[in-house]
Amino acid sequence: MPRIAIQASGLVKWFGEGEAKTMALREVSLEAQFGEMVYVVGPSGSGKTTLLSVLTGILKPNAGKVLLEGSDIWGLSSDQLADFRLGKIGFVFQDYHLFPRLTTAENAAIPLILKRKPWNEAIQEAVKYLDVVGLKNRAELPPVKLSGGEQQRVAIARAIASQPDILIMDEPTASLDGDTGVAILSFVQKNVLNKDRCIVVVTHDDRIYKFATRILNMEDGRLKGSEKSAA
Amino acid sequence: MKGILKLAYKLLVNDKAKFSALLIGITFAVFLMMFVTSMFSGVLMHASSTILNIGAPLWVMDPAVETVSNSIGMPDYVLDAVRSMQGVKYAVPLYSGGALVKLRDGTYQSVTVIGLDDTSLYGRPELTAGKIQDIYAENGFIVVHDAEFSKLENPHLGSEFELNDYRGVIVGIAKVATSGLYGLPTLYTTYERAIQYIPNPRYTISYVLVEPKSESDIPRIKKQVEALGYRARTKEEFMQRTADFFVYQTGGGTNMLIMMLISFIVGLSLSGQTFYTFILENLERFGALKAIGEKSRDLVAMILFQATFTAFTGFGLGIGMCVLSIVLAKARLPSYAAMITFSNLAISFGMVVVIAGVSSYVAIRRVLRIEPFDIFRG
Repeated sequence: MPRIAIQASGLVKWFGEGEAKTMALREVSLEAQFGEMVYVVGPSGSGKTTLLSVLTGILKPNAGKVLLEGSDIWGLSSDQLADFRLGKIGFVFQDYHLFPRLTTAENAAIPLILKRKPWNEAIQEAVKYLDVVGLKNRAELPPVKLSGGEQQRVAIARAIASQPDILIMDEPTASLDGDTGVAILSFVQKNVLNKDRCIVVVTHDDRIYKFATRILNMEDGRLKGSEKSAA
Repeated sequence: MKGILKLAYKLLVNDKAKFSALLIGITFAVFLMMFVTSMFSGVLMHASSTILNIGAPLWVMDPAVETVSNSIGMPDYVLDAVRSMQGVKYAVPLYSGGALVKLRDGTYQSVTVIGLDDTSLYGRPELTAGKIQDIYAENGFIVVHDAEFSKLENPHLGSEFELNDYRGVIVGIAKVATSGLYGLPTLYTTYERAIQYIPNPRYTISYVLVEPKSESDIPRIKKQVEALGYRARTKEEFMQRTADFFVYQTGGGTNMLIMMLISFIVGLSLSGQTFYTFILENLERFGALKAIGEKSRDLVAMILFQATFTAFTGFGLGIGMCVLSIVLAKARLPSYAAMITFSNLAISFGMVVVIAGVSSYVAIRRVLRIEPFDIFRG
């Protein structure tokens, strides 16, 4: 029996008022299960980022409901929501957003530090995740000394360091060359995705579609249907 | 929380260029502020040196006296009248004036002459050489071994000089708590010899030094002295009056305020701007932290910690630099008038707190406004 990680229904989100009102999400509903790597694809301005933000408790929808592992996240207080994100969701940002003045290990340890783990313990644990992404030998280097692909892997190590149930990847290949992007997503599929984790990837890079379990097409704030990946 | 603060610390100090700029801003501002206030405190203390060195608890003087070095002579009956007042244990005259000393090489040197009451020698300095009773010897003078001592050709016991065509002999060398403001050597002698050697106007008593029977007698003595047409001021009041003269009537206070303002503006603009730039550069990453799950109050704590750490480090460095400068200056110029007081420290600390407060307030506002959604939008 597949377990549901994300269940969203009737999501509506608009920006602005009156003539400036722009509909970003129009009655969007979706489900994602543990063990799935779901892609949300579509042209720029179709509402992918808004959907991602609403699903992760970052942007409040004007209407609709989001259940993550059965919890109605928009019923939580802002502190509870922050704790929920910290404990359950991992983020890989488009521009990585690594701190250039910290070492790779310190960057990867950030979610653990935010979870109030003692500093040394957090660093040691982060190094384990750097090992998972093949960067243990780069632990003491600052991110600026790493290639784009390596930085992306540090961002992945940071995202999985808190062992999240849901991993969100926003345009993970946007700053990478084609081969590196494919290698990264292949790595994620093999090493990060498991039966207890659901990964949502927002992208327009069709070269990585083959790693998706399911692809959801977005257009003009609506999910236009889904298709299974060829992979 | 410890880990979060360590994270804040590393983000701050690992950005060496910005951290240095921040420290330089705060340090320089504190240094300027400390230096100018210390110099002013030093000037004020040196200006009150006679009051401190004599140490009498109550000073009777002409109401128009504004600083201890500008005394106005009082007639002898004032001394008698004060001695007969209720609450007075004893009262003695003090002479304070200036004279020219002719040195052995034929040059002249201005000096301050303090004439102590012949009977009690009340207010006498502590001798490091010679005996106090030798002050009664013919032409006996005690010289103060302070920064100005060398201006009298480094005299020793038995050294002779000329003072208004009178012969003077050094019979003692003394040390005092504070040397004078005007860079003049100080000679102590008896009151009678002072008024004999130095040409004087009609009235010769500069001050009447009063020892009250008890502290509670001071208000009563003050009233009685006032009825006589003079003023009795406690040591602290007289020092304050001297300080007020320099603060309000010499332009010194205005200059100090201007310098303090400049220090504050330099510190605030340099450090505030750099800290804001530091925050702006890391703004997206702070946004990312918010998205990951950091609470706003943790971000506020991080920023406050960074601002406080920088402020206190800069404060310490600024104080250190100021102390070092004063020590170096005093090694070269022993009479250098600068003194660090708790008030100076408190003023500088207050300035640093305001700079840190304003910088962090602006930074916190900016960080709290960043939405994690903006991070996704890129």
